[in-house]
Amino acid sequence: MKNAVGRDIPDFLLENGKEVYQGKNYMDGKYMQKVGPRTRRYETPQESKLVDTIADALRQCGAKDGMTFSFHHHLRDGDFVVNMVMKAAIDELGLKDLTIAASSLGSAHDPIADYIEQGKVIGIQTSGIRGRMGQVVSEGKLKTPAIIRSHGGRPRAIEAGEVHIDIAFVGASTSDCVGNSRGIGGKSNCGALGYAMTDAKYADHVVVITDCLVDFPNMPASIEAIDVDAVVVVDSIGNPKKIASAAARISQNPRELMMAEDVVKVIASTPYFKDGFSFQTGAGGPSLAANLFLEKYIDERGIKMGWAIGGITRPMVELLKKGKVGKVIDVQDFDLDAVNSINQTPNHFEMSASQYANPANKGAFVNKLDFVVLAALEIDTGFNVNVLTGSDGVLRGAPGGHPDTAAGSKVCVIVTPLVRGRMATVCEHVVTVTTPGDCVDVLVTDYGIAVNPLRPDLIECLDKAGIPHVTIESLKEKAYSIVGRPDDVQFEDKVVAILEARDGTILDVVRQIKPFTL
Amino acid sequence: MIKRPKPERFRLRRTMMFMNAQRPGLIKDAYIYGSDSIMLDLEDAVAENQKDAARFSLYHALTTIDYGSTEVIVRINGLDTPHWQEDIRVCVAGGADGIRIAKCESADNVKTIDAALTEAEKEFGVEVGRTLIIAALESPKGILNAYEICCASERLFGVAISGGDFRRCMQTKFDPSGIDMLAARGQMLLAARAAGIQCFDTVFTDLDDDEGFEAELRQIKAMGFDGKSIINPKQIRPVHELLAPTQKEVQQAEAMVNAFREAAAAGIGVFTVNGKMVDVAHIPGAERTLKLAKACGMYEGDLV
Amino acid sequence: MEILKSATAGTLESSDALVTVEPGEGIELELSSSVINQYGRQIRATILETLDRLQVQNARVTVVDKGALDCTLKARVECAVFRSCGKSASNIPWGGVIR
Repeated sequence: MKNAVGRDIPDFLLENGKEVYQGKNYMDGKYMQKVGPRTRRYETPQESKLVDTIADALRQCGAKDGMTFSFHHHLRDGDFVVNMVMKAAIDELGLKDLTIAASSLGSAHDPIADYIEQGKVIGIQTSGIRGRMGQVVSEGKLKTPAIIRSHGGRPRAIEAGEVHIDIAFVGASTSDCVGNSRGIGGKSNCGALGYAMTDAKYADHVVVITDCLVDFPNMPASIEAIDVDAVVVVDSIGNPKKIASAAARISQNPRELMMAEDVVKVIASTPYFKDGFSFQTGAGGPSLAANLFLEKYIDERGIKMGWAIGGITRPMVELLKKGKVGKVIDVQDFDLDAVNSINQTPNHFEMSASQYANPANKGAFVNKLDFVVLAALEIDTGFNVNVLTGSDGVLRGAPGGHPDTAAGSKVCVIVTPLVRGRMATVCEHVVTVTTPGDCVDVLVTDYGIAVNPLRPDLIECLDKAGIPHVTIESLKEKAYSIVGRPDDVQFEDKVVAILEARDGTILDVVRQIKPFTL
Repeated sequence: MIKRPKPERFRLRRTMMFMNAQRPGLIKDAYIYGSDSIMLDLEDAVAENQKDAARFSLYHALTTIDYGSTEVIVRINGLDTPHWQEDIRVCVAGGADGIRIAKCESADNVKTIDAALTEAEKEFGVEVGRTLIIAALESPKGILNAYEICCASERLFGVAISGGDFRRCMQTKFDPSGIDMLAARGQMLLAARAAGIQCFDTVFTDLDDDEGFEAELRQIKAMGFDGKSIINPKQIRPVHELLAPTQKEVQQAEAMVNAFREAAAAGIGVFTVNGKMVDVAHIPGAERTLKLAKACGMYEGDLV
Repeated sequence: MEILKSATAGTLESSDALVTVEPGEGIELELSSSVINQYGRQIRATILETLDRLQVQNARVTVVDKGALDCTLKARVECAVFRSCGKSASNIPWGGVIR
């Protein structure tokens, strides 16, 4: 059945009330039933919840075949937790048919590809998938289709019981002996723990894994001891160098700077750019550089940013410290400056992924957002964006908060070079739709700006400000005139991943890659 | 194949951006940043054993990529190398707007290149005289011969000083005050203006020193340079902004040209602006100011 | 043209291609590309057309493409062929077989 972005969704996926994507805000006003976890009572006072090993914690939580384990990705590419837990579960306890439900997965998790090939891991639910895992899933080696959700779609699915977490594993930079946990204070600091919060509330069992045990009570706690069954102390939860990168440097790439400035010109041309406006930007080159130019325009207009959310990096922390942003509310920290700032700099706060982006609650932060600046691997003439599959059709990306912020914000700006090497970024049809075009408002490229025809108000803003813009079709033609018209990527029939829209409908599917032969 | 329009000998050239002709990723769309001219380099940027490969790349870039109104100039290898003749052939065949002579020291150097261009234009069926020349003066001898160089060819649209080699020859180094190059810049400007051609300043290599770059720009603007060679797109905007006329200069120029044209139409030889009599000799300068203002987006009228 | 000795042109940088030509029987093309799925067909066609234009009938050609545009592919193949004949330095037929 074709959905609102023209993607054909196989009927067998549309069982148990599952629907295809119908357009932005389709679920508005509907009621949902939240599910409660089945949790163990600990009435007898406990001195400590410390257990010796991850295997012990698994046994204590009744780990068995077929279970779903959840993880967060605050330790990013430095994460050791997923691999440690899966090794204990599969190699020590001999478990099989396991599902990993993570807020994201990256190349740090390459070893899990082996468990997929061995059939021990049969399900993956995540926002991001890269490296060897992306490769083996794309080759059709995972037993069930992977489910890809946005950062807002994930807490929605957890609360609705669409994913039932048997055991949530929370890697924590610090914890006390009963599980009050934080992302700061230890040797593997990651800052916010926003992606783990919903897991802790909705999982049947919660295991905290830390490499820095601190005195009780570890306050203010991001994960509360009232939700934690067991605490395991390990040598190291991750590689600090890869958890938070050194301060993200503003790009010196002239192409990126040129695009970043155009982004800010567009933003400043709208009526939403006024004192107290709100803003989010991704961590990509041009998106980050937008912060730099934004400051210039803020100063020129004599206004301040009301608040910013994210994915936070140094440029935003600096704006906060200079008093040019009122508040920063943060679900995740990307660099050391952000890690060191959260809960330390006044007005820098932590929030849960649900509070950040969940479309099914009573109003997440993204719904109050004026501007978001995002990147894209591909964008098509319907303004649909792909940030998941490469030009070879292999899974190697992450929707993350992209679909949520795009849908919630008043102005969503996509910034990307027109071509990358021989790849046309602006194209006729993206390989996979990860953010639907009805949520995307403006495209800024190095060859020109295009505004979604759904936003005549923004077209008027640009015209008034004298900012030249063209149709997205003409950008696509320009791209093809440079790199040539691409052949369609060839796929087998088998569905290897389901791309869920943030509201739970099906936006697209990814199929098994076909070996390319000339 | 892209057919470029006939090059204009005297056009706006505030920025001439160097790019390695051997790097496909760089040259494929160097025009998007908005420099007035780009300078595809076959000389220093290309290793000795890649000169041949660079020419093949250059030929296809020139004939495939639509650089639009951006001027495309190629810096060819020096006359003391075995490469320059083939460089000239590929530039003419590919339709480059002009070539830059490196290390030019005499009028004879220019004439040698001029003759080779004519020969190549005949070989490839290109209008004789189409391909322009800019001469780079890089040595004391080049500076001392500046005037004869500036007068050496009808193809020559300008001269440029090249600071790196010149400073080495002079046994000096970059000085923020500009004193290291003051005499040379001055002598070259005198020669260029006397010969009625354009004059361009050398590159500024410290990309992190924004203040130093601006100070140098102010100095060369005050001296009367037409433009500057640059090495990075981020340098384009400061040059264009600093070389732009002031709002007041634009208004003055517009008033002068208007008054002149009205007077000329009425057959009156003498005219005034704001009550003051204006010398006709000021009109070309006023028109130049308006052209520059138009390029800078400061003037939208139709006087130029 | 006849491929007399093995020669290469290009680099493995992004947007470039490394082309190697060696003496061979007929045209044998070994192509790998970072954009093979969407542009493999066009890349192969460009390489074969270029060899044909240069009247190369016998060669083993290896191309490692890193997302080069057609104009770059042509330049690299031509340069490799001319180098293999020792004729790459001067008197290139610009606008003739090189076009």
